[in-house]
Amino acid sequence: MLYAILCYHDEAVVGGWSKDEDDAVMAKLAVVHGKLAEQGRLGPVARLLPTTAATTLRKDDPPVVLDGPFAETKEQLLGFYVVEAENLDGALEIAQDLGRANPGGAYEIRPIGVFHGVFKP
Amino acid sequence: MTDVAWIDAALTSARPQALGALLRYFRDLDTAEEAFQNACLRALRTWPQNGPPRDAAAWLIMVGRNTAIDDIRRGKRQQPLPDDDHAISDLDDAESELADRLDGSHYRDDILRLLFICCHPQLPATQQIALALRIVSGLTVKQIARAFLVSEAAMEQRITRAKAVIARNKVPFEAPGAPERSARLAAVAAMLYLVFNEGYSAGGDSADLRTPLCEEAIRLARLLLKLFPAEPEIMGLAALMLLQYARSAARFDESGAVILLEDQDRSLWNPTMIAEGLALIDKAMRHRRTGAYQIQAAIAALHARAATPGKTDWPQIDLLYGSLEILQPSPVVTLNRSVAVCKVRGPQAALDMIAPLAAKLANYFHFFGVQGAYLMQLGRGDEARESFNRAIALANTTAEADHIRKHIDRLVEESRTKLAAER
Repeated sequence: MLYAILCYHDEAVVGGWSKDEDDAVMAKLAVVHGKLAEQGRLGPVARLLPTTAATTLRKDDPPVVLDGPFAETKEQLLGFYVVEAENLDGALEIAQDLGRANPGGAYEIRPIGVFHGVFKP
Repeated sequence: MTDVAWIDAALTSARPQALGALLRYFRDLDTAEEAFQNACLRALRTWPQNGPPRDAAAWLIMVGRNTAIDDIRRGKRQQPLPDDDHAISDLDDAESELADRLDGSHYRDDILRLLFICCHPQLPATQQIALALRIVSGLTVKQIARAFLVSEAAMEQRITRAKAVIARNKVPFEAPGAPERSARLAAVAAMLYLVFNEGYSAGGDSADLRTPLCEEAIRLARLLLKLFPAEPEIMGLAALMLLQYARSAARFDESGAVILLEDQDRSLWNPTMIAEGLALIDKAMRHRRTGAYQIQAAIAALHARAATPGKTDWPQIDLLYGSLEILQPSPVVTLNRSVAVCKVRGPQAALDMIAPLAAKLANYFHFFGVQGAYLMQLGRGDEARESFNRAIALANTTAEADHIRKHIDRLVEESRTKLAAER
């Protein structure tokens, strides 16, 4: 089964990391990514640019373009993974591995209903 | 990341909001800073055991306020307690409720005010920058001194003097009206760009020491954009900084000499920063409210979008500089425009364009560097060499001087080859 792991964190805190701190987190994550990829369980991974770069299209009639993210929240959606796991326990295990490499914030584990595109095993 | 590193990042990111609210409450910068400092010390003691609070800024405001009030009550400070009228009306014991209310407009004006007091017109640019880095960013005097390449004592004195100017003048505590708010925003944007340029204009030899200034300016510009998400000029400012800073790794060679934009290895440009900068300028342009930062960012964006120097849209850059000349006339803008004109209409047209600027830019390094380059292209070697020599005499950094010397070397080389051919 495919799961989306949505990464939430306070972007002001993440944006305050120095380059060294950021690099250190990325290096630790790369180890976890490598393990998942080897097992053929890692789908698309994305790190999103800050919410200040976001634009929202409200599908009203006529559509309205708004500056900023859809939801103003204390913690922001900063990135996501698509992973393959047997069940929720498996997905949680992956999330916990990722979380040990990148503490702080929260992961929302969300089963995927329909997936178009390439899942590279 | 370790606990301490996490707490440090959380305190840094909460600082502008927390200090801004404490300043609104105590109306005195020293008291507010001390209150914030005490709250941070408390955080370092209690957060590792109790875990971080849900809202770090709200926690720091509350704890900072309470410790300062205790100090005042115990007579440790001469500062009178603020009247109830002036008190932070949205401070409550319930942290969650407080956090919700703080997300509102108060918080926006608090941070803007904190930035704005650093842009006092009586403060010279260097003092504005130093003050903002000390107060808003919370860099230590040692860090700031290092970035400015001055001694710690000199920087300490500079900041103390700047603070004295602010203390003598009334800090504007009333919530600003719309025109006042937009005036403050413009002043703060200009100050942030100063911070950025202080870091960006450093030569290759000191660039590493100064990059924190660029990073801090970008962080504060993003913060400002979060507070004013629909302001195209703030988008433009953030885009401009990101697009310029993205080129950092390609700007100097190993010896620290300047590498011109068209000679830079574009694979060294930071693609993530460029993506963010382009996203922001695209957003800004949709508002159809032009401004100087947006135009400069649009020019930087055209460079960033060109895969090779040959693919640069020089006619469009020429037009954009034309708009900038109207909006913000300055000899330096015209000088920059001439570079695009040289590409579009040739070196003679560019030389004609800058001829009237000679008197105004008589002490400006870049004027003579650019003039020499046009003369060289026109084959007027002796005049070119004269311009380059004047440029070297006016160079601000050794990197600048070295870059010009390379031009002269090329001229010498060319004339030698020519002489040899004639023989």
